[in-house]
Amino acid sequence: MFADYSMAELGAIFAMQGFAGLILFSVFVLMALGLAIIFGQMGVINMAHGEFMILGAYVTYLVSNLFAEYMPALFSMYFFVAMIFAFIASGLLGLFVEWAMIRHLYKRPLDTLLATWGLSLILQQTYRSVFGAREVGVSIPDWMMGSLPLTDLIEVPINGIFVMVLAVGISLAVYIMMFRSRWGKQVRAINQNRVMAGAVGINTEWTDRLTFGIGCGVAGVAGSAFTMIGSTGPTAGQLYIVDTFLVVVFGGAGSLLGTIASAFSISQAQSIMEFFLSGSMAKVLTLLVVVGILMIRPQGLFSLKLRK
Amino acid sequence: MQSSAFMTRKDIIGFAILAALIFIVFPMVLDSFRLNLFGKYLTYAFVAIGLSLCWGAGGILSLGQGVFFGLGGYCMAMFLKLEASTPENTAIQSTPGIPDFMDWNQLTELPWWWEPFYSLPLALLAVVAVPVMFAFIIGVAMFTRRVGGVYFAIITQAFAAIMTILIIGQQGYTGGVNGITDLRTLMGWDIRTDEAKTTLYFVNGVLLFAVLFAAQYVRKSKLGRLLIAMRDQEDRVRFSGYNVANFKIFIFCLGAAFAGIGGAMFTLQVGFMSPTLVGIVPSIEMVIFCAVGGRLSILGAVYGALLVNWAKTTFSESFPELWLLGLGGLFIAVVMLFPNGLAGVWSEKVEPRLMALFGKSREDKPAPDGAPAE
Repeated sequence: MFADYSMAELGAIFAMQGFAGLILFSVFVLMALGLAIIFGQMGVINMAHGEFMILGAYVTYLVSNLFAEYMPALFSMYFFVAMIFAFIASGLLGLFVEWAMIRHLYKRPLDTLLATWGLSLILQQTYRSVFGAREVGVSIPDWMMGSLPLTDLIEVPINGIFVMVLAVGISLAVYIMMFRSRWGKQVRAINQNRVMAGAVGINTEWTDRLTFGIGCGVAGVAGSAFTMIGSTGPTAGQLYIVDTFLVVVFGGAGSLLGTIASAFSISQAQSIMEFFLSGSMAKVLTLLVVVGILMIRPQGLFSLKLRK
Repeated sequence: MQSSAFMTRKDIIGFAILAALIFIVFPMVLDSFRLNLFGKYLTYAFVAIGLSLCWGAGGILSLGQGVFFGLGGYCMAMFLKLEASTPENTAIQSTPGIPDFMDWNQLTELPWWWEPFYSLPLALLAVVAVPVMFAFIIGVAMFTRRVGGVYFAIITQAFAAIMTILIIGQQGYTGGVNGITDLRTLMGWDIRTDEAKTTLYFVNGVLLFAVLFAAQYVRKSKLGRLLIAMRDQEDRVRFSGYNVANFKIFIFCLGAAFAGIGGAMFTLQVGFMSPTLVGIVPSIEMVIFCAVGGRLSILGAVYGALLVNWAKTTFSESFPELWLLGLGGLFIAVVMLFPNGLAGVWSEKVEPRLMALFGKSREDKPAPDGAPAE
């Protein structure tokens, strides 16, 4: 199959395929970060995670329309405003959901799963009623269009680079929050020993709520970033949920580095296999390998040693 | 806490009421179309009963029951499709004698793994054996490594996703997103007529009761008590010398077998099988049938499947927007407000009132289903 191409062309194909894998990697990282906080640190299964991302995407859509209508001069910068709004909107919804639902179910993780699935159905229908059943796309600012020619043969799309930069930025932000801030220290303390954390004066209830809210907010930012590379529909969130959970579980719940490593390996495996096989078979094989590895090593790639 | 008899008087009354509903009331009240629809709902009850054993009693939540339902259904559909694809019926194809979707996808001969499905006994065996084999492999891999709880749920959900992608992607072998359609006869007997559908409804009812009795037997046996013990205190059961994994594998396989039978009956009554019944969404909806009925009660599972599906048909006919909201609300309500479902509402609220109304004292009858420990 390679005989018809010259070496230079082959190199270009692999470089571009690798780049496509890197974009997929960024997408996985963005999807999984919020979940790594919620599932990894709190052990809560949030099946509505995809819908929180879609909320961020719709907020971005609204903000872009607002800018196009009232502030066309600043349109090229709207995305940064949209991201902040996406974080706030998803985060606030997350705080509310934690208060109304999740906090009553901490002792029943399987029931949380069902309840959040119900929430995801309600959110989907709400999006459909408000924004219509059709997919909406945002208009991308001019500077993000087109592609960057690296050599004669290799071109990389600018919006792909932008999503990658965002993924790195948000990962760093989450890292700093988790490991350098007061909140992060409290979350990790509660994860290690809830009773002792409460005894030394940490407000565990409020920290839980904040953690859930921040996780949802990060999901919203991820959704906002996705509008740069694709359109948004009311049921799009459901497509992500299996991938996202597998990335987090495969990486080892509770380990941020594990999440990133697993996002990298899954995305590269998938995009490399896509070159040789059809898209659906590549997906099936990747998922099977991940599930197979999880059966052999249920704790995931990187596991934290915790007392249960 | 539990009576050791196979059925208490209360169980007998419950079974009798359900039998009367399925075999007498529904056929008399409903027209042929609706009866077939209720037959379809009852095929989901097979899955819900299996879930009631796995999840309610054993604490193993599988989000992949649709896979087993689908495998059973596809095994049946493959047999029916081969029977419908005689060389005479498919004479216009470039390769007569193979199913139409294979011809559309440029296949020129039947794949080897379709061959056994020419035989009805083998196909019927496969309806149970294939889902059980899958469940066994998954169960051995997961339970011997002590993967449980939410991890098990996530991984079974991944299986549901894998299965759907595989079926849709390999459309030359599986019929793709349309599934296996245009099924006509079973050993020369036309399954599309109204009489055939009514007959199948009764066959379905009889099978459902066979499964219910099997489930009741398991619940009342020592295995059933061990399951509940494992759900509440797994380590203590293990320290008592039981091999916890084997019990879990068995109950998971049993649930898969039930689901496979349900899937086959679905194919027979509805006349097609497609990946829309296999994936993540149908699998998790099957859990809600069980949860609405009361996760501990096998009879409740049947009522849950009937009620939720009936509501789905009714609402999505008249208010399609409301249905998804209603279903979402149902998920939340059943978890937050009625963790024991209809069966719980019945035994906690309705029954005491009825007793009071008729002035009977029933203090000799303990709680029927082994109320949850929490």
